[in-house]
Amino acid sequence: MADQPTAFERFTQGILPENPVYRQLLGLCPVLAVTNSVQGAMTMAGAVLFVLLCANVIISLIRDLLKPHLRIVIFTLTIATFVTIVDRFLAAYMYQMSKNLGPYIPLIIVNCIIICRCEVCASKQSVFTAASDAVGQSLGFALALASIASVREILGTGMFFGFRVLPEMWPDWVIMVLPPGAFLTFGLLLGAVNWVAARKKG
Amino acid sequence: MNYLIDIMLIAVSAALINNFVLYYFVGICPFIGVSRQIDMAVGMGLAVTFVISIAAFLSWTMTTMVLIPAAPLTAWIGGFFMSPEAAAKIDLTILSYIVYIFAISASVQFVEMYVRRFFPALYKSFGVFLPLITTNCAILFACLTIMSNVSGVDNPADAWDLGRSLTLAFFGGIGFTIAIVIMAGIREELDFCDIPPALRGAAITLIVAGILSMAFMGFTGVDTGLKNALKSDSAAQIDPKPIPKDESPLTSVIIGETDKKEWS
Repeated sequence: MADQPTAFERFTQGILPENPVYRQLLGLCPVLAVTNSVQGAMTMAGAVLFVLLCANVIISLIRDLLKPHLRIVIFTLTIATFVTIVDRFLAAYMYQMSKNLGPYIPLIIVNCIIICRCEVCASKQSVFTAASDAVGQSLGFALALASIASVREILGTGMFFGFRVLPEMWPDWVIMVLPPGAFLTFGLLLGAVNWVAARKKG
Repeated sequence: MNYLIDIMLIAVSAALINNFVLYYFVGICPFIGVSRQIDMAVGMGLAVTFVISIAAFLSWTMTTMVLIPAAPLTAWIGGFFMSPEAAAKIDLTILSYIVYIFAISASVQFVEMYVRRFFPALYKSFGVFLPLITTNCAILFACLTIMSNVSGVDNPADAWDLGRSLTLAFFGGIGFTIAIVIMAGIREELDFCDIPPALRGAAITLIVAGILSMAFMGFTGVDTGLKNALKSDSAAQIDPKPIPKDESPLTSVIIGETDKKEWS
């Protein structure tokens, strides 16, 4: 297993060089849907962190028992179990937030990031590496969500995390908190990230 | 008559107004990945419509027969082990996500086997997309919507029946097909454009999707208008009440439910 990245590499790669959202374009459904407020986006990132961490650890523990043709089913069932836990937890302790996020919490089950990390890392490497990979990828995911949500919330409502940052006279760009704003913001930010990456390389 | 109006409203709303891709953002991965050519987009769209209808049938059946409290099958099996009153209280909705994802994987697998065996030509055209569909959020999203309309309602009489659920799923799939085919048409033309290098690929697709999504917002309020028109048509003789002006469908939908508190 000499060619596999170490735990530390896995951790750092997830944050920027292999950012799940900007570089791998995975899990775009929550990225677009829950980013009309920073608070919702951070709750989603927390949920993903929990699910990804637990799923990666469990899959890594049972990696020698996995049969190749059944592994995707095992992945999804493991993920579905943890998503149920998160969903019940949010409904119990953060009822309003769970109402706002609606179906997007259960949709974490089919989020490609988690299945991809189980497949690429957890089903091949040790528990510690898998856990640090999960934390790194989740931090990268949180960073991406935060960047999109900040732009959308500040331009759309003049608020950040519920506090007013732009003057009262700011004409709210309603389009930013509506579905089209999600596509436009993410498209432009993705273009900016590509541009910076290309400049760094050249 | 009312039932037909209901079905029609659900269909229009699922296919156009609250388009799965452009309003709810589900199924974005294939929307960006498989929208390079029109024929592939049509294949993907039809495959999704096909699977989503089957999955909706399965999930509606599972929800009403097994998962919700007082579901017939659960109560019957539970009746062997406990008193009928206790059996009627068994609530298995906590298992719903696991059950749905299992139903989706199973239906995708069976559809693939069936199509490959009996319709080889069809399999060639959209068979390759079938395994991808398991992780397509649109399918699970349809199942969850159906579940919330079956078990989440306060009044049991409002719960959706099989017809409404299948309408939502089928027309949701049609809406997905419309969106992905339009996108593929635009992207075929985009190949001849001079796009800045940083925006090439996914970025320009997302921006185009944003503009498409704005265009689809033009359908906002169609359902309210249609409902008023149909209702007043069928009830015109009895109750010629004019359509209330203050309903103003446009603003009520533009400011979505989640953002209402910040805007009022």
